[in-house]
Amino acid sequence: MQIRPILATLRYHKAGTLLIALQIALTLAIVCNALFIIHQRLGQLSRPSGVDESDLLLVHNQWAGKPDADEVASMMASDLATLRNLPGVANVYATNTYPLSGEGTVFGIGHSPDKKTYTDSTAIYFVDDNALATLGLRLIAGRNFRPDEIGASSKHSKIEPDEIIITQALAHHLFPDASAVGKAVYLSRKPSIIIGVVGRMRTPWVDSSMAKWDEYSTLLPYRRLEGYTEYVIRTQPGQLDDVARRVKATLYAANRMRVISPKNGVRTFADVGAQAYNSDRGMAILMGAISLIMLTITGAGIVGLTSFWVGQRRKQIGVRRALGATQRDILSYFLTENLLIGVAGVIVGGVLAIGLNLWLMNQFEMEKLAMGYVVAGVAILLVLGQGAVLAPALRASKVPPVEATRSV
Amino acid sequence: MFAYYLRLGWRSLRRNPLLTALMVFAIGVGVAASATTFAVFHAASGNPLPDKSAQLFVPQIDIWGPASRSAGRDLPDALSYPDAMALMRDHKAARQTAIYPMASTAIPQDPTREPFAVNGYAAYADFFPMFEAPFLYGNGWNASQDEAHAGVVVISRALNQQLFGGANSVGRTIRLDDHDYRVVGVLDEWNPRPRFYDVNNSDGFSDPPDFFVPFTRAIDLQTETNGNSNCYGSAGRDAGWKGWIQSDCVWVSFWAELPNRAAVTAYHDYLMAYASEQQRVGRFHWAPFVQLHDLMQWLDYEKVVPPETRISMLLSLGFLLVCLVNTVGLLLAKFMRRAAEIGVRRALGASRREIWLQYLAEALMIGVAGGVVGLVLTGVGMLGIGLVFDPDIARLARMSPSVIGLTLLTAVVTTLAAALYPTWRAARVQPAWQLKAN
Repeated sequence: MQIRPILATLRYHKAGTLLIALQIALTLAIVCNALFIIHQRLGQLSRPSGVDESDLLLVHNQWAGKPDADEVASMMASDLATLRNLPGVANVYATNTYPLSGEGTVFGIGHSPDKKTYTDSTAIYFVDDNALATLGLRLIAGRNFRPDEIGASSKHSKIEPDEIIITQALAHHLFPDASAVGKAVYLSRKPSIIIGVVGRMRTPWVDSSMAKWDEYSTLLPYRRLEGYTEYVIRTQPGQLDDVARRVKATLYAANRMRVISPKNGVRTFADVGAQAYNSDRGMAILMGAISLIMLTITGAGIVGLTSFWVGQRRKQIGVRRALGATQRDILSYFLTENLLIGVAGVIVGGVLAIGLNLWLMNQFEMEKLAMGYVVAGVAILLVLGQGAVLAPALRASKVPPVEATRSV
Repeated sequence: MFAYYLRLGWRSLRRNPLLTALMVFAIGVGVAASATTFAVFHAASGNPLPDKSAQLFVPQIDIWGPASRSAGRDLPDALSYPDAMALMRDHKAARQTAIYPMASTAIPQDPTREPFAVNGYAAYADFFPMFEAPFLYGNGWNASQDEAHAGVVVISRALNQQLFGGANSVGRTIRLDDHDYRVVGVLDEWNPRPRFYDVNNSDGFSDPPDFFVPFTRAIDLQTETNGNSNCYGSAGRDAGWKGWIQSDCVWVSFWAELPNRAAVTAYHDYLMAYASEQQRVGRFHWAPFVQLHDLMQWLDYEKVVPPETRISMLLSLGFLLVCLVNTVGLLLAKFMRRAAEIGVRRALGASRREIWLQYLAEALMIGVAGGVVGLVLTGVGMLGIGLVFDPDIARLARMSPSVIGLTLLTAVVTTLAAALYPTWRAARVQPAWQLKAN
């Protein structure tokens, strides 16, 4: 295919050519970054929480009337018994928070009693001996808490556990070369012995600012006797909805001095996950919709503009056909013309995409755009351009040679 | 004449219905995406107290030293209880208040009714005039009631509705947790967004508070904060409430009203003097370091506008730009294809200006149609916005008259801007050349 005649012709359509190229460039810049954002956000969404999410129910219980620690202890013990006896409940424990909840406590954990030089941050879960079974956490090394090891903590009491269980990620971070079980670490000024290591267990937070340590979780053997209590309930398989319907009434029947919010007091773990990843999912949806519509509009724009050019050049096409050009020649003329414009567009667009990404990195702490996205975007836009131009080009190739003899 | 141009334009648009639909749809989608995301961004980044935001300041004090900031941290965004009390005692601002959020349960007097959860704040008397809180009944408490640690409460209009059926409840009693409080005031609707005085604890867009009680009283009753508390390196503090309030844990918000530049400078100097004094008595082992942000700077510092709202607005604007480039190209092709027609009209005496106006009328119709489509799509966008943004933020965006006006105006103005070059080209068609070519 001769390229020079095409370039010569394009000179007569400078504005149109520039506009298509510009549209392709801008579309590429935005679509690349949008796809990258989608991929990042979906990557967040698909990260496992570490807990066995099916058949898990969470009840947020606020104690009414400011009971003291002893009163909370007895009400909590009675609640746990009530819940355990509820048909369909397999296991239950009381805690301060759970993975993806969005709220919780962070401690520094390290090898020194001086808390100003801790190794890293860790999420703190106050649990009892039923937590591992209820959450479906896998014990990789060591042992679970024993019932007699579960202490009590009230607000502002000293948190100085003798035994703790940590996640594998945290264990590896603290003791890269050896097993962590049996080792001492410092959460407080007193050493705590790691008695067990569990597999994955996410922190309560999904924010990117805490992503670095989002699997550094520590379980402490305490009943937390404060203003509110979270009950984590594992139901028998298939009983989740049934228990969810009855649990609030059951607890109120046992004791009315509590508040379980009608709005979100009782949630399944699926609800918790959906809420935690709300903005990630939302961004992915929005970016997906914008990309899709933008590609459609750019494609349709190319169809429209090329159609006009074909209509404008019917006579020239007829002349070329009369002088011996085959239908194929005409078809490939328009495809090549579009490819040339497309290539110019994607070269500019590639640069714009990287520029936009650099700016987003600077402004929004976004990660560096992987080159694969630019390559994929270039491929998508070139294929889209060729696809869009195909129908008008086919129509052009059908122009009969006799057209050359007609006036407009 | 213009009506005639509109008629011509209508006829021309109908000749290529698919192309017209494409242009209208592209503009509609571009404008709708921009309008929806802008509405969210605008709602999230607004000034919650425009007439006073430049006079309200948040002090920060470096109480943990440079080592605590080595990991890229900022100064703590709240004060410790001892520091907040020192600032209250010194009373160097025109008005000032320490604040912390509390979660309580309201216990209805009717024993057959169940307790329910209420959220509120512990604050000082200055809180209400300082933040221009409007009262429906009664008033805020006064400074002497702060000093007396009085058991009084200001409740929201919503809580007054729930507890007293909306009647004037001043003088009546409500029970929060294990204590009674006498109602001194009922607020009118008051929900500044973002809730600037609590952005260090919440996203600033959650449900408005139900009540306010005197800070001094809340401390007497050992009421816990429902917000963040941060205890860098102070794990060795004493156990119990006393150890807690004497500690260097930060959990108390503090706001000062400083009416002019001189007051701001004086307050900054005061804070520096306070920090220097702490260094002198051996509490701080580092050079004094303080910061003073005004309200809007504070919202920025606390990153109140979620990055998602900004990114999605910027990408939507980019999207609109692509739609406009698309429109420029299509209009250009469409107009130039009618060069012959233009040539005839020019030869028959139409001036360039008239040609220009004729094609501008056609573009105007596309712009208006695009605006209407955009309006419908913005409406759809507002319904679907809960899918995309955090519900607390999403509910801020409404189909208000200003959003409607902005959508239509953007569609028309951008389309006309896009039509400038194509219409200019159309007006420059040489009649002789066109007539000869045919």
